[in-house]
Amino acid sequence: MTPHLTVDLFSDVEQLLAYRFMVNALEAASVVAVMAAVVGWFMVLRRETFAGHTLSMMSFPGAAAAALAGLPLAAGYFAFCGAGAVMIAGAAQGGGAARQAERSAVIGAVGAGSLALGYLLLSLYGGVLESLESLLFGSILGVTSGEVEMLALVAVAVLAFLAVAGRPLFFASVDGPLARASRVPVRALSVAFLLVLGLAVAATVQITGVLLVFALLVAPAGIARELTSRIGVSLLLSVVVGLLIAWVGLGLSYFTNYSPGFFATTAAMVLFTLARAARSLPERRGRREAPVPEASL
Amino acid sequence: MAISGFLANALLAGSCIAVASGLIGWFVVLRSQVFAGDALSHVAFTGALAAAAAGLDLRAGLFAATIVVALLLGVLGERARADDVTIGIVFVWTLGLGVLFLDLFNTGSGASDGTIAARTLFGSIFGLGSGEAELAALIAAGTVLALLAIGRPLLFASIDAPAAAAVRVPVRALGLVFLVLVGVVAAEATQAVGALLLLGLLAAPAGAAHRLTASPYRGMALAVAIALASTWAGLGLSYEIAGLPPGSAVIGVAVAFYALTIAI
Repeated sequence: MTPHLTVDLFSDVEQLLAYRFMVNALEAASVVAVMAAVVGWFMVLRRETFAGHTLSMMSFPGAAAAALAGLPLAAGYFAFCGAGAVMIAGAAQGGGAARQAERSAVIGAVGAGSLALGYLLLSLYGGVLESLESLLFGSILGVTSGEVEMLALVAVAVLAFLAVAGRPLFFASVDGPLARASRVPVRALSVAFLLVLGLAVAATVQITGVLLVFALLVAPAGIARELTSRIGVSLLLSVVVGLLIAWVGLGLSYFTNYSPGFFATTAAMVLFTLARAARSLPERRGRREAPVPEASL
Repeated sequence: MAISGFLANALLAGSCIAVASGLIGWFVVLRSQVFAGDALSHVAFTGALAAAAAGLDLRAGLFAATIVVALLLGVLGERARADDVTIGIVFVWTLGLGVLFLDLFNTGSGASDGTIAARTLFGSIFGLGSGEAELAALIAAGTVLALLAIGRPLLFASIDAPAAAAVRVPVRALGLVFLVLVGVVAAEATQAVGALLLLGLLAAPAGAAHRLTASPYRGMALAVAIALASTWAGLGLSYEIAGLPPGSAVIGVAVAFYALTIAI
């Protein structure tokens, strides 16, 4: 049976769920999309998108090293992202007065360096030509039920952390000095968040591939930010958009045989453009809404 | 000693690209535009694959894509410095487009051996012909000249934009021209170290130079010197050691150099 996209949504969904691999892929992508949307929302709020980007780059040598050592790829993802998060947290704390320019140069160099290392390891492994594309750009094939469970476990852990620490984290992100004055452990929260971000990125990478993490991590929050300034609504919207991007990506890929990454990122771009246009309309009429408060630099 | 063939081509192209990357990288770091440079580097990948899918010369796609996106970034961001979220979304979408072109190329050619992806992402400097190497050298030289021509006002605008604007330095136009030059260098460097690694060639030597000296002209010279040394060392290592990809070697040396300057 070859799948055909029809106007009948029920028949489309029925076709989508006809194969086990597709059900697994959808489950995994949904779990990851929800988690990434929530973590990404905080990441955008805290202006740490570059850290998220670097962490995803670091997952690449992790996967290659795991392949070389004969370990499951997930082990490499989590180990390298965790180590990366610790490094970034350390770098951010070490040079307290380090200029922003300097910091971004470090992050850029680390990103390129880890990709170079990953490519070297993959060359040594000898599997370059086959696995390169799916590692970098994701693949809907080959998500096992066990992996879905593992991803769900990670998502629950990450969301539980944010449920507990979300309020003080928000406070600390929006107004660090004031939060510190009212005894919120700002520094500890910032380190903990980077670790959670590392965990979330390591899980997301397994679905989107190393290079397309932002489709689920940044785009939902970026789109939600354009549309509303209310915190709860914005978070919820972010999750909905994340799920939409994941489903559109997988669904269209299934029906067309092109990579899910293309459809997911295109959905993200289209939604972002629409959201921006929607926001700029009332602004032009002079009814300027306050944007979501952002962490001060 | 005469160095012949592919190594000579690689050295010629690599050296010129290193000079251009080191110099422009110094400004990129100064202006905190590393993220924009990153986005451009990924766009290079999409451009090259679009050209491949259409059956054109990879370089036509490379340059067209990076220059167009540089202009787009300059216009989309409120000031010529786009914010992280906008860049992130544009950047992931262009990569997504690249994946589509990769699919199209693979189905078109019937052979999905993945070499084209590896070549554009991680470079293939040892695969350059002599004509290609000479062209790369010429373009790199042109970029360096253009950058030197706008160097002084650009420096002023980068360090103190309001003051520069007050004395009628065209800050916005300079920012746009600068982004376009970064786009050209990104396309160039893609041929040497690949789309994914060229950020290392932009950021690492420049970052090291910024750490070592605060003086602008000494900093620029230092960034160029480090980029050159990394390229030569990387090419040499990869020539001697089988299995070591040249792009990885060049970036490895550059990043190691940067790490060293941070350690001391």
